[in-house]
Amino acid sequence: MKGNEALAEAAIRAGCRHYFGYPITPQTEIAAYMAKRMPKVGGTFLQAESEVAAINMVLGAAAAGVRAMTSSSSPGISLKSEGISYIAACDLPCLIVDVMRGGPGLGGIQPSQADYWQVTRGLGHGDKQLLVFAPSTVQEMVDTVFNAYHKADTYRIPAVILADGMLGQMMEPVSFPDEDKAEAIEKPWATNGHKGKRTHNIVNSLLLKPEQLEQTVFERAKRYEQVKQNEQLWEEYRMEDATLAVVAYGASARIAMNAIDAARESGLQVGLIRPISLWPFPEKAIEAAAGKVQGFLCVEMSMGQMIEDVRLVVSGRKPVAFYGRTGGIIPTPDEVLCEIKKLMGGER
Amino acid sequence: MAATNILLAGFGGQGILFAGKVLAYAGLMEERQVSWLPSYGPEMRGGTANCSVCISDHPIGSPLVLAPDILVAMNTPSYDKFIDAVVPGGLAILDSALVDRRCEREDITVCYVPATSLSKEQGLDGLANIILIGKMIAERPFVSNESIDKAIDKCVPARKAHLIDANKRAIALGAAQ
Amino acid sequence: MAIVYKKPSTLTDATLSYCPGCTHGIIQKLVAETIEELGIDGITIGVAPVGCSVTAYDYYTCDMVQAAHGRAPAVATGLKRSLPDNVVFTYQGDGDLAAIGTAETVHAATRGENITVIFVNNAIYGMTGGQMAPTTLPGQVTQTTPYGRDPKVAGWPVHVCEMLATLDGPAYLERVTVCDIPNIRKAKAAIKKAFQAQLAGKGFSMVEVVSTCPTNWGLTPVEALDWLKDNMLPYYPLGVYKDKTGEGEN
Repeated sequence: MKGNEALAEAAIRAGCRHYFGYPITPQTEIAAYMAKRMPKVGGTFLQAESEVAAINMVLGAAAAGVRAMTSSSSPGISLKSEGISYIAACDLPCLIVDVMRGGPGLGGIQPSQADYWQVTRGLGHGDKQLLVFAPSTVQEMVDTVFNAYHKADTYRIPAVILADGMLGQMMEPVSFPDEDKAEAIEKPWATNGHKGKRTHNIVNSLLLKPEQLEQTVFERAKRYEQVKQNEQLWEEYRMEDATLAVVAYGASARIAMNAIDAARESGLQVGLIRPISLWPFPEKAIEAAAGKVQGFLCVEMSMGQMIEDVRLVVSGRKPVAFYGRTGGIIPTPDEVLCEIKKLMGGER
Repeated sequence: MAATNILLAGFGGQGILFAGKVLAYAGLMEERQVSWLPSYGPEMRGGTANCSVCISDHPIGSPLVLAPDILVAMNTPSYDKFIDAVVPGGLAILDSALVDRRCEREDITVCYVPATSLSKEQGLDGLANIILIGKMIAERPFVSNESIDKAIDKCVPARKAHLIDANKRAIALGAAQ
Repeated sequence: MAIVYKKPSTLTDATLSYCPGCTHGIIQKLVAETIEELGIDGITIGVAPVGCSVTAYDYYTCDMVQAAHGRAPAVATGLKRSLPDNVVFTYQGDGDLAAIGTAETVHAATRGENITVIFVNNAIYGMTGGQMAPTTLPGQVTQTTPYGRDPKVAGWPVHVCEMLATLDGPAYLERVTVCDIPNIRKAKAAIKKAFQAQLAGKGFSMVEVVSTCPTNWGLTPVEALDWLKDNMLPYYPLGVYKDKTGEGEN
């Protein structure tokens, strides 16, 4: 099953019955799959008039208390920024999928990871964060959907799955849980009609009194702090005795794995730290490694965006090098290996 | 064999992606790790198409095949683009009805199969891709014939079920070349 | 002593934030009365967008969602698709509905989205202090058309009811005003009909209410009502622009 289709099926099995989207390469398979499947499970697929409308439809559905979703690719995600900021401000859980392509502007349609800043830093104004997950296999795309919905509901923070054209288009074997087995989270805040049984609910992001707005932002920041403590996700590969830690996520991590295997064959002690949650960034993993390795190498399909988070944790204690390709060019394992050799050769 | 990396390339509409899918499913039938990655472009038909398939006993890192163990080239531009990338000791299978080149490399095995002409002669229109797969499995049996048969059963959509036998005949025809 | 008039139970006790003489208060009360009379407070969700109506969520006792500028019909679509048995309405001004939110308005209408839109047309941006609206009349002076709206420079006003009437999706479109008592009664009837159309599952319904903005027009409330009658009504003729509510069962 293609990554995009697997992700869509996972969303349905996780209980999503409301999908709002707009066509853009390379994520259109998600919309097409939803269009086919949603009517069969009694759900709603709606092709909106724009990305802007789609994300606001998600806001409405999320306010109603249902699991809603939209998906797009980089420039389309930029358009959704406004709605995402409002959703975050309204403390609404939802799922947003970004299948990244090269940019800026219309850019290209080939795989890229140049949305790291957009998704972890940007996507709307204000003091706010989004849960950001970066799967690296088709199976992980599926597992991440369940986790993303669950965490979004738990913390009332919108979740983003950051994939790229390679993951979206590739097929790998995958298995699905039949349904979301995690305990459903009550949504007493939902605007679904009070039916005379409670006072009216208001979903709102407007707080005209500065004191009130500041207090609300403070309260939200406390939740963000909890998330940072409890929800960092990463995977390590051959890190036990590594003196160089490659840091890469998503498709780049797969390429880095090949390079690391090859480097190990020539006796180089190199391992991989693969962030799975990009926000919260797995600071714990970098912190632990900073005390052990002699250096870091960030591999990204961008000009170097995640590297800033790595450097923040490392805080100058160890050198942090970068290798990246961009614009839709996928780095080859050989290129990464070459970089590893350059760095480790220098150490000896 | 621990890992086989295959690159299939040709024009859109030749069934490049489908042929790759059959190989990936055949690997899956044997409970091996597999990945299938298409190139994608703005054009729907007629442009170049290629597809990377990895079949391995270990988790697959990059699914993008840059140095194929096996190359299938179904047109001249694809041949020109990829023939030098084939690893030494590798295999190249060319649709010689469409690729008007002779390979000068001596460190790889090259098979010339006029698959497109054969498919027309044998009433297997549109199955040149599968004929080439038949030849590939005969040369390098990294998956069994049974697995290929099962993969064809899986990959041919229900509305085209009448073509399953033709696909299997194409495999046999390719193997006999 | 008999009670002859009271505030609808569907309005909260919050004090309205509108300027003296503003017709928003009348229109919101008509909506509240409709919700009360139809007995739908418990199943209604209102969407308040950006503009003078931004704080409407404080005034209604039903559930309320606040939307970004222009996006109310999209938010309402998400709500209604999730809660098809509930009643969803938006309350939007002219800048919101006919400028920044034109796409959302037109597409909710053409989808026949089963929601009710209350569209307040007062030919000016009120909340931001009196700038040109998409419905500002030719020659009308605003902060951003200080020499009067020149259509050669600023384009022509948008006739929303007329434009949406060209679509197949809407079930009910009517333009009313609240400039005097008989018209307020007609406006009430139209708003109620729009909500009933939604309850009957007829599809998109919109009532455009031609209104005043005394503060930003620079007129007294009474002068504003006269200006509305003399200038806006000739340009925005009242009446029913589409009514498919009588057609068959949905």
